[in-house]
Amino acid sequence: MSNKFIGKSVKRIEDKRFITGKGRYTDDINLPGMTHAYILRSPYAHARIKSIDTSAAAAMEGVVTIMTGDEVGHYGVPCGWQVNFKNGDIMKEPPHPLLVKDKVRHVGDAVVMVVAESREIAQDAAEAIIIDYEVLPAITDASKAVEAGAPLVHDDVPNNVCFDWEIGNPKAEVDEAMASAAHITTLEFVNQRVSPNAMEPRSYIGHYDGVYDKYTLYTSTQNPHLIRLLMCAFVLGLPEHKVRVVGPDVGGGFGSKIYHYTEEALVTLAAKKTGRPVKWTETRSEAFLTDAHGRDHVTKAEMGFDGDGKIVGLRIKTFANLGAYLSTFSTAVPTYLHGTLLQGLYTTPKIHLDMTCVFTNTTAVDAYRGAGRPEATYLLERLLDLSALEMGVDPTELRLKNFIPAFDGVTQPGYQTNVALQYDSGNYHGVLHRGLEMLGYEDFRKAQKEAAASGKLLGVGFSTYIEACGIAPSAVVGSLGARAGLYEVGQVRVQPTGKVSVFTGAHSHGQGHETTFAQVVADRLGIPMEDVDIIHGDSDTVAFGMGTYGSRSLAVGGSAIMKSLDKIIEKGAKIAAHKLECSPDDIEFTDGKFTVKGTDKSLGFGDIALTAYVPHVYPANLEPGLDFSSFYDPTNFTYPFGCHIAVVEVDKETGATKVKRFIAVDDVGNVINPMIVDGQIHGGLAQGIGQALLEGVEFDGNGQIINGSYMDYAMPRADDLPMFELDRQVTPCPHNPLGVKGAGEAGCIGSTPAVVNAVIDALWSAGHQVKDIRMPLTSERVWSAMQS
Amino acid sequence: MPKITVTVNGTQRTHDVEGRLLLVHYLRDVLGLTGTHVGCDTSSCGACTIHLDGHAVKSCSMLAAQADGATITTIEGLASGDELHPLQVGFKEEHGLQCGFCTPGMIMCAADLLNRNPNPTEQEIREGLEGNICRCTGYHNIVRAVQHAAGQLTEEV
Amino acid sequence: MIPQAVDYKRAGSVSEAISLLAENPDAKILAGGHSLIPAMKLRLNSPSLLIDIARIPELRYIEVRDGGVAIGAASTHHDIISNADIQSRYGAMIEAGELIGDTQVRNVGTLGGSIAHADPSADWPAALIALNASIKVEGPNGAREIPATEFFLGFFYTALEEGEIVTEVVLPAPAAGSRSVYRKFMQPASRFAIVGCAASVTIDGGTITDATVAFTGVSADGAFLDEAVGAALVGKAASLETIEAAANAAAEGAELNEDHYASKTYRKHLAKVYAKRALAGACGL
Ligand SMILES: Cc1cc2nc3c(=O)[nH]c(=O)nc-3n(C[C@H](O)[C@H](O)[C@H](O)COP(=O)(O)OP(=O)(O)OC[C@H]3O[C@@H](n4cnc5c(N)ncnc54)[C@H](O)[C@@H]3O)c2cc1C
Ligand code: FES
Ligand code: FES
Repeated sequence: MSNKFIGKSVKRIEDKRFITGKGRYTDDINLPGMTHAYILRSPYAHARIKSIDTSAAAAMEGVVTIMTGDEVGHYGVPCGWQVNFKNGDIMKEPPHPLLVKDKVRHVGDAVVMVVAESREIAQDAAEAIIIDYEVLPAITDASKAVEAGAPLVHDDVPNNVCFDWEIGNPKAEVDEAMASAAHITTLEFVNQRVSPNAMEPRSYIGHYDGVYDKYTLYTSTQNPHLIRLLMCAFVLGLPEHKVRVVGPDVGGGFGSKIYHYTEEALVTLAAKKTGRPVKWTETRSEAFLTDAHGRDHVTKAEMGFDGDGKIVGLRIKTFANLGAYLSTFSTAVPTYLHGTLLQGLYTTPKIHLDMTCVFTNTTAVDAYRGAGRPEATYLLERLLDLSALEMGVDPTELRLKNFIPAFDGVTQPGYQTNVALQYDSGNYHGVLHRGLEMLGYEDFRKAQKEAAASGKLLGVGFSTYIEACGIAPSAVVGSLGARAGLYEVGQVRVQPTGKVSVFTGAHSHGQGHETTFAQVVADRLGIPMEDVDIIHGDSDTVAFGMGTYGSRSLAVGGSAIMKSLDKIIEKGAKIAAHKLECSPDDIEFTDGKFTVKGTDKSLGFGDIALTAYVPHVYPANLEPGLDFSSFYDPTNFTYPFGCHIAVVEVDKETGATKVKRFIAVDDVGNVINPMIVDGQIHGGLAQGIGQALLEGVEFDGNGQIINGSYMDYAMPRADDLPMFELDRQVTPCPHNPLGVKGAGEAGCIGSTPAVVNAVIDALWSAGHQVKDIRMPLTSERVWSAMQS
Repeated sequence: MPKITVTVNGTQRTHDVEGRLLLVHYLRDVLGLTGTHVGCDTSSCGACTIHLDGHAVKSCSMLAAQADGATITTIEGLASGDELHPLQVGFKEEHGLQCGFCTPGMIMCAADLLNRNPNPTEQEIREGLEGNICRCTGYHNIVRAVQHAAGQLTEEV
Repeated sequence: MIPQAVDYKRAGSVSEAISLLAENPDAKILAGGHSLIPAMKLRLNSPSLLIDIARIPELRYIEVRDGGVAIGAASTHHDIISNADIQSRYGAMIEAGELIGDTQVRNVGTLGGSIAHADPSADWPAALIALNASIKVEGPNGAREIPATEFFLGFFYTALEEGEIVTEVVLPAPAAGSRSVYRKFMQPASRFAIVGCAASVTIDGGTITDATVAFTGVSADGAFLDEAVGAALVGKAASLETIEAAANAAAEGAELNEDHYASKTYRKHLAKVYAKRALAGACGL
């Protein structure tokens, strides 16, 4: 492998089209004869539909068709992950119909779809539809939904409990450990619901070609093949080989575009029904109501320490809100992606999580950047900093005392946690030390004191996180209830001229795969990057794939491509050996040349490619061609980790909080393109800081979202954030060929508790010994905390 | 139906439009200039930013009819032929974009900023872009992209 | 989101706009459209006809008059904040204007549109009240001039009568030794004011001879003049102590607004803090 490109901040290949306005997102695609869909949604969180009258709308000029639950309500979208109750019963899995005909269960639940000649007519017609509702009381808080007498979201799901679940050591052992503790820190908090807000609203175009009996769905998705599989096999019963799913340029996902949404199936059905392409693009208001939300945990957590400050136990009770319906991955998020991370970076000997997953009259909750892991990190890291304050010790000393010692996973074994995972490799002390150095910790504490004297409140907060990504070993996730494997596919097709087309099942919606993957391929084959084309997002050209989420693209998708590259080189060596009249074992491949070891006899990669396709002088028993496809199924998750430090200033008079500095030292294993990795971290930090200070979906008592627009839902803007201070440590992943761990979610996982911890630290420094302030830390909440 | 005549990226166009047609839909659907995006319905995100008579405006919050007689530049018309605008170069060089959805609006807004203030401070850049939301980059590299275009990063590696 | 069907006409003059408005009772004036069109997109407002006044030349000017400044109603926020005559006279106008929305909004939105709309959190109204501005309006029954203090009457409610349009805002010449500022505490999403405070203070030899303080955002009834705070300062030394004492009485008796970003209690507290900060700024402290 040469390293002309790997490890370099190669500028992105894909940028050219985006900076010139030539990106092609789904809503940019217009097909001949295309119609436009508008979906009429429930204005109530919980109501029985008594009647639907579409007659006036149907009579309007330009209306092509109108669909209701009577026509398509028997189709529903599935959940991709089965989790069982503690007692072994299968989770409750009520149907999620494409259009509702009996009872709506959240504001925004889809009731009627109007297809018309234009967007304008479709909306005008929808306004002429009359639906008579009987409004029912609604429930939005997961911890209250389980109480006796709470409204039932699904009439046949008692207490609204989808399932209960536990992980860790036996509860009795944890209770015993806690009973022996010298100090217990208790924290009751809400990890609030947030809206992902990818900037491109979801958009779908259904198309049906009667001549070839073929369906095409253009969709703003993170995983086209998975959508095809789910829609064909579980929703509409269409033959998979007659369905093409294309995910063109996609304007961000952050999890929200993983799932199979009802509207994807609706436009597909409508296209068949009308014989014309049907486009639906959501508005931002609809996105707030229908794009799966993230987080929403109500938690009581207790951490016990012995007299030396060593953690002796961790006991947690959480209610996780799943919303009204199960989304594709929603049941895995609070369980396997959350409970398994509660070891953190610490040697905590006894851990128990008791989890109850609950239906409410709210938008579905599913994976949002980090998915379960930010919630685990938030819980642990808040407890660590708070414990330090309560016990009067330094929060960094407390961490250093409890960290798992460094291990490389090669000469030393992986670290077996009490919550099912085995960490691959880690050096946790390293990232914290580096972070403290960048911060100038001692100077900061001095500055904090001086600032206090002049009436300014400064605070510092720490967060040392770990995540499990590179999702995921199929056998492991299968045993945990996943209904799919989570390998990835990578095909490398060397063209006769030596140019290379790479087909990957990963999907890029901002991550820069067209560049990073090309760097890997070019270096492995010793060819220029211009000779490599990365193709993704089309189920007709890419053999198969599981898509992009869980920081898996390079670790899993990249590894699949590496496997195919190995096969290419192995076959190339056979061809070269034949032409150079030696044994394949005597051939070495470096810098794009097949060379007879110890000689200057060699053949270029291009020569070999041509020979493979023009096999006149060719080994017997070897097939022509140079084209390999591989499936890579990882043997373990990968475990990036890092240290995030926030410095905040709180306005004493108003509670307004400003992030003054943010330091992030991340260890994501080997790095192919530092520029892109830094960019991923930056974006994650912004979202994590956003959750701490600005973001949060709020419901009123009727289940209405009171801040469902950008006029009310605050997200970080450019002037809300500082320049970030980043550094890296590299502990390679021992079990994948590139040694990479994944960087997509790290920023979002580590940052939220660091910011909240910093505000709490600032308040303690002024004598306000508050344990918690509910996120987002609006000025009023911080100010109120200072009044007590 | 109002008849409008506008000069878009140097070409004069005339169309009959519905009174309610938003300028952004005129650009995207009538003229096929899909580089201008729609990211919200409350005039808040800036993805739809274009230049109207030389200044940045949110094309989702104007009617096409209001633009009658105006000169419009969209992201498609920012480069001079094959030569990218300095901001386009800056965004690429500094990795100022990820998914690219906010990018056209961000660049058009930044272009207005630099036209008025060719040498902005970091704070001025951040404030100048307050009408544009990016969910991917955390703005760090967007700020650098603007600094690059302003020629402020020349001494750096 | 698409507005309901609507007709559009561009008025060539103020009188044409007034007669179009008189002929079409369901019509609305369209200036920058940056309040009206967002509302129409959400179908909260569906006029039958829009009368566009943004390009009427006689409505877009800024000129010095009697030591003060007169501003045509169709002047954009950007026109105002980049005007040297305003910059040299009215700090509060510049600071308020710079904090309205964002660059794109300021390039299009107009002074006349903002004050006719009278959003209870809009920035201009507080500045105009504190600066003792007056507003010229014209309608089928002729023209009249209304002091800013009598123009803003409540929640999206002004002294404009049916068929009248705003034509001009007149800012009187600032008194010698006076200085005005605007301070804003923003709602983090919309960035409209939770509390906006404009203060204009005249100081003579260290003593405050005149002080006006106006708020926006604080009250659901919109911008108002806080007479008590101003009155408490006249004749006092321009010091932090006197300012703080006066500011502590801010927003007393106001019909306080509340939303999920700021309760009544917090808003009132912010009004005091921002009155203090604005007055300190206006006193150069
Ligand atoms: C994203 C965004 C952020 C904003 N942030 C702020 C902010 O922070 N602070 C703030 O103060 N404002 C803010 N605004 C509002 C902005 O300032 C508007 O431009 C202003 O409120 C309305 O001016 P306009 O010219 O756009 O009026 P239009 O929208 O055209 O009209 C508004 C109303 O006034 C009427 N009208 C307009 N002109 C006249 C006239 N001359 N005579 C009589 N009636 C008239 C119209 O019929 C309509 O009812 C924001 C707007 C947006 C879109
Ligand atoms: S689409 Fe115009 S501001 Fe969001
Ligand atoms: S690059 Fe994706 S929103 Fe900015």
